[in-house]
Amino acid sequence: MSERLIIVGAGQAAAQAVQSLRAEGFDGPITLIGDEAWPPYQRPPLSKAYLLGSFARERLFLKSDQFYRESDCTLILGARVAAIHRAEKTVELADGRKLAFDKLLLTTGTRVRRLRCPGADLAGVHYLRDIADVDGLQAVFRPGARIAIVGGGYIGLEVAAVAAKRGLDVTVFEAMDRLMARAVSGPVSDFFAAEHEKSGVKLKLRTGVEAIEGDGRVEGIKAGGQAYPADIVLVGIGVLPKDELATRAGLASQDGIVVDGNGRTGDPAIFAAGDCTRHIGREGTAIRLECVQNAIDQARHCALAIAGKPASYSEVPWFWSDQYDLKLQIAGLARAGDQIVLRGDPAARKFSVFHLRGGIVAAVEAVNAAPDYLAGRKWIADGARIAAEKLADPSIPIKQMA
Amino acid sequence: MAKITFITHDGKAHVVEIAVGWSLMEGAVKNGVLGIDADCGGACACATCHVYIDPAWTASLPPKADTEEAMLDFALVTSPNSRLSCQIRVTSDMDGLIVRLPVSQH
Repeated sequence: MSERLIIVGAGQAAAQAVQSLRAEGFDGPITLIGDEAWPPYQRPPLSKAYLLGSFARERLFLKSDQFYRESDCTLILGARVAAIHRAEKTVELADGRKLAFDKLLLTTGTRVRRLRCPGADLAGVHYLRDIADVDGLQAVFRPGARIAIVGGGYIGLEVAAVAAKRGLDVTVFEAMDRLMARAVSGPVSDFFAAEHEKSGVKLKLRTGVEAIEGDGRVEGIKAGGQAYPADIVLVGIGVLPKDELATRAGLASQDGIVVDGNGRTGDPAIFAAGDCTRHIGREGTAIRLECVQNAIDQARHCALAIAGKPASYSEVPWFWSDQYDLKLQIAGLARAGDQIVLRGDPAARKFSVFHLRGGIVAAVEAVNAAPDYLAGRKWIADGARIAAEKLADPSIPIKQMA
Repeated sequence: MAKITFITHDGKAHVVEIAVGWSLMEGAVKNGVLGIDADCGGACACATCHVYIDPAWTASLPPKADTEEAMLDFALVTSPNSRLSCQIRVTSDMDGLIVRLPVSQH
């Protein structure tokens, strides 16, 4: 008898799982449950082209309706799962319906970390996670409006770039001493800071937000002991894994549902993939990744295991961000203590930063330098050893280095 | 809309209707055509949406930009009719276009 699979959470990992399950020969019925009204869609363009208005909503959807029909995948959208009953192998929806499964895949993703300070609930305080958030933000994105962005990470800076382009008056507040501190090295932080300032964005580093001020709606923000007027506040201070369904069902979570190299939780019938999980990364430490790559690759590995062809997950993580006409691409995970090698000239707006660990390429950050990124990603996967002097010499083509 | 035929490396043909203005890559990925990864989401920054254009059609497509040429350098087993499918915007003139997919994008 073929197995029944239920997927909870309609994001990138879910869409990938459906495709990979069918490609690997899984022939049971698949039911995909999502709490938004939409089928799985791409989140990365939300803070970029979609916010700018240059990308229609239909283009966000990862797969066509026909794809789900042909994949014999039933979509249950706008539905919240209230509980997982492991003993009877059912999921219970908020409306009381129960659905039986043989295998369950959790791709619940994350929710935004909310600001906790006085005034955080005022009208005019926005977050950016889903289509509805961006539609709400777009409605107030008027030239001349003053936007205070809390958090100088990917989301905050991508919104800053779009807002600046749309003629808003933009200020970014970041508690750390540099931008994207969790994600990029110093030279890349400094480069992006300069680019934002060139576009008129005001950066307030080492400036924690103390309060949002206003009478019923946002009128200003208090940060670093100073008051700044603002019409809109956008908060981008990170995300938290949506793991409560799993934990309430007795599955382990440590800031992320704990899974093995096949995406399996402590329950052999239950798998999890994407941002909501924590796994042992290729460097041997437990890690929760927030990226498209992990959603895709982990979902693929879950599909392989569910289809009876397990293969352990060890892909190199990669990330990207678009700000203005700059494309930042990152592969691998940098670490404090890595040797940093600059290739190219930031002033030319095209350069990369390689991270060597014991002489071996561990990570690469590339700005408008996709060839460096691609070469670096391959080297990281291969554990290649490339001399720092060669990397630093732009006269040696990247393809002739290995 | 234009009807585009994607032929996977095992010879299987998938006919997909793609809206004018969308890329060949988007049409293929959204319809579950296997063999196009499109890691970067269509930004000409990864070379994992490599396809071979049917020789009868190569001349009628818009030419490659330098960035596409640079990225193709990283694709596996390229030939003169290689293109990145994210860089080809579908027009109504492309109705009937045939593209073939490589064995692997990585």
